[in-house]
Amino acid sequence: MGEAKPVGGEPDWAGLMARAQGGDAAAYRALLAGVAPYLRKMAARYHRERQDAEDAVQDILLTIHAVRQTYDPQRPFKPWLVAVAKRRIADRLRVQMRRRFRETILTPEHETFAAPETNLYREESDGRELREAIAQLPEGQRRAVVLLKLEEKSLKEASAASGLSVATLKVSTHRAMKSLRKILEKKAGTL
Amino acid sequence: MTTTSDLIASLAADLRPVQRLRPPFARACLWLGGLFLGVALVTWATGAWPLMAARLADTRFAVEMLATVLTGIAGVIAAFFLSLPDRSRFWFILPAPPLVLWLASSGYGCYRNWLSAGADGWQLGRSSDCLVFIVSLSIPLAVALYFALRRMAAMLDPLRVMAAGGLGVAGLAAATLQFYHPFDVTVVDLAFHVVAVLIVVAAMMMAGPAVLARKRSDA
Repeated sequence: MGEAKPVGGEPDWAGLMARAQGGDAAAYRALLAGVAPYLRKMAARYHRERQDAEDAVQDILLTIHAVRQTYDPQRPFKPWLVAVAKRRIADRLRVQMRRRFRETILTPEHETFAAPETNLYREESDGRELREAIAQLPEGQRRAVVLLKLEEKSLKEASAASGLSVATLKVSTHRAMKSLRKILEKKAGTL
Repeated sequence: MTTTSDLIASLAADLRPVQRLRPPFARACLWLGGLFLGVALVTWATGAWPLMAARLADTRFAVEMLATVLTGIAGVIAAFFLSLPDRSRFWFILPAPPLVLWLASSGYGCYRNWLSAGADGWQLGRSSDCLVFIVSLSIPLAVALYFALRRMAAMLDPLRVMAAGGLGVAGLAAATLQFYHPFDVTVVDLAFHVVAVLIVVAAMMMAGPAVLARKRSDA
C-alpha cells in the first residue's frame, strides 16, 4: 500500500494523486515524499541558500495540498506539479525582491531617529569620551566634577564628603569645566 | 522549524477526500447558463425584448451585441481555464478577438451616428447612467464568479484570472445594458462604456489577489 508503482521507470505520481484525492493518506504521503526531492532540485535553481530552497519546497507542498482538487487524473501529473511549483517560486522571489528593495540592514550608525533612546549608541560613545577627558583632569578638579556633576551632590554634601570648602569646590568645578571643554574641543578637532 | 518530512506527515494526517473539479469548460458553461437564465427572465419580465428584437434588425447593432456577449463569454471561459495551474496561459487572449470586434462595431456606430446627427453625435447622452449600470451590475456578477472560482487555484495566477474574469463580467453587464439603452452609442457613450469596463477590470485585478490570498490561508 502506498508504494509508488513504477510505470515505464517513472513513479506513478498521477495514480498516487488520484488515490490521495479519494482520501488515501498512505498514497498521499508516498506522493509528497516522492516529489519533494524533485521540487528541492527545482527550488535550488532559484534559491542560493539551502534553507530558502527548503522553505520553498514546503511552501509548494502546502500549495499542492490546498489545490489538490484541481488536478485532473486524465491529464499528466508533472505539468500540473511544475506549474504549481513555478508559480510558488516566482511569488516567493517577488516577495524577497520587494523586501530586499525596501529594507536595509541597520548598523548602530543608522540609529538616528528622534527619540533619545534610539541614539543610545551615540550617547554611549560621548560618555566614553567624556569619561576619558575627566580622567585626564588634575586630581582636585576631577574630584569636584565627580562629586558635583556625576554624583549630583549639592555643594554642602560635596564639601562634607571631601573636606574641601564650598569656595574651593566652586573654583575647582569652574576650572574643570574649562579644562574639559578644551580637552574635548581638541579631540573633536583631531577627528 | 518544521522539517519537510514532518510537514509531509502532518499533511498526510490532515488528508480528507476532495471532490475533483469538473472540466473548466463545463463549469464555465454552467455558470454562464445560470446567468443567461437570470438575465432572460428579468428582461422578459420587464418587457425589454420587443425593442431589442427590432434593434437587432440593424446588422451593425446585431454585430455589436454579438461581439459584446462573446467578449463576456470568452472572458469568463478564459478565467475558468486560467484558474487551473496546468492549463495554457494563452487562454488569456481568448477574449481579445471579440473585444476588438465590439470596439470596432461600436466605433463604427459612433461614426455613423456622427455623420447623420452631426455635432449632436458628440452629445453627452445618458452616459453616466450607463457607467453606473455597468459597474453596479458587474459587482454581483464578480461576486458570483468569485464563488465559482474559489475552489479552483485562481490564487496561483490572480492577475490574469481577474483581468479575464473582469472583462467577462463587464462585457456581460454591457450586453445586459443594451436592453435598457435603446439608442446607438455616441462617442462619449462609447468612451463611458470603455471606462466602465476598465474600472471593473482594474477593481477586480486590485481586489482579487487579496481576496484569493485570504482563501488560500483558510485552505
